[in-house]
Amino acid sequence: MYLDLYIFAALLVLGFFFGRLAEKKHFKSIIEREKKYRQLLTFSGRLLPPDLDRADAELVGGNVVISIDYFKRIAAGLRSIVGGRVTTYESLLERARREAILRMKEAAIAKGATMVVNVKLETSSITKGKGQQIGCVEVYAYGTALSPILA
Amino acid sequence: MLVTNIETIPGKRVTTHLGMVQGNTVRAKHVGRDIMAGLKNVFGGELVGYTELLQESREEATARMVQQANEIGANAVVNVRYSTSSVTAGAAELFAYGTAVIVE
Repeated sequence: MYLDLYIFAALLVLGFFFGRLAEKKHFKSIIEREKKYRQLLTFSGRLLPPDLDRADAELVGGNVVISIDYFKRIAAGLRSIVGGRVTTYESLLERARREAILRMKEAAIAKGATMVVNVKLETSSITKGKGQQIGCVEVYAYGTALSPILA
Repeated sequence: MLVTNIETIPGKRVTTHLGMVQGNTVRAKHVGRDIMAGLKNVFGGELVGYTELLQESREEATARMVQQANEIGANAVVNVRYSTSSVTAGAAELFAYGTAVIVE
C-alpha cells in the first residue's frame, strides 16, 4: 500500500549513508594524492617558463564521471524551491575537478614529465535530455606535459 | 606526430601552417551501462563505465584529427582543444581540433 513510500525512504537512507561514506573516502584519497604529486608543477598559463629552452612536449589528459547520490539529488531539488547555494552539487563538482586534474598528473608523471602547462578543464553533462534520471557530471582536464631534455 | 595544446612545440620552429584539422566521434552508451549507472546513482560515486567510454571516444577523436593531419603532410598538431556536446539523449559527441603545422 505504501510501497512507493518505503522504496523512496529506503533510497534516501541508502543514499545518505553510502553517499556520505563514498564522498569522505574520495576526499581523503584526493588529498593524499595531491600531496604525493605536489612536485609536478601545473600551470594554467599557456606560456612556457622562460628558462626552459628544450623539452619533450606531449598532450596528457584525465577524465572522470561522478554521479550524485539519491539523498543529495532530492536535497538539491528541495533547495531549488527556495533558491540559494546548492552545496550538494558544489562538492560533486569539486570532487570531479580535483580527480580529473589528479588523473592528468598521473598520466604526466607516467611519461616522465616535470610540469604541465596550459591546463584546461572541460565540464560536460553527458546525460542531458534524460530528465532527472541520472545526475552525473564529466570533467576532463588536459594540458601539455613537458619533460626537459638535459644537455 | 607531436600533439600539444600550446601554440608551439618547445625547442622547435614552426615552418609551415597547414590550417585546422579536426576529428569527432558520437558515442552512445549501451543499455547495460545505463542500468548500472542508474543503480550507482543511488549510492553516488564514480561511474567507471562512462569514464572509460568517454576516454575511448576522446582517444578516437584525437586519432581522427591526427590522421587528417597526416594526410595533409603535417608532422605536428598544435593548439589542440577538446569540446563535448550532447546531440541527443544517451549519446555524446566528442570533438578535437587543432592547427596542423610542419616543424623543423
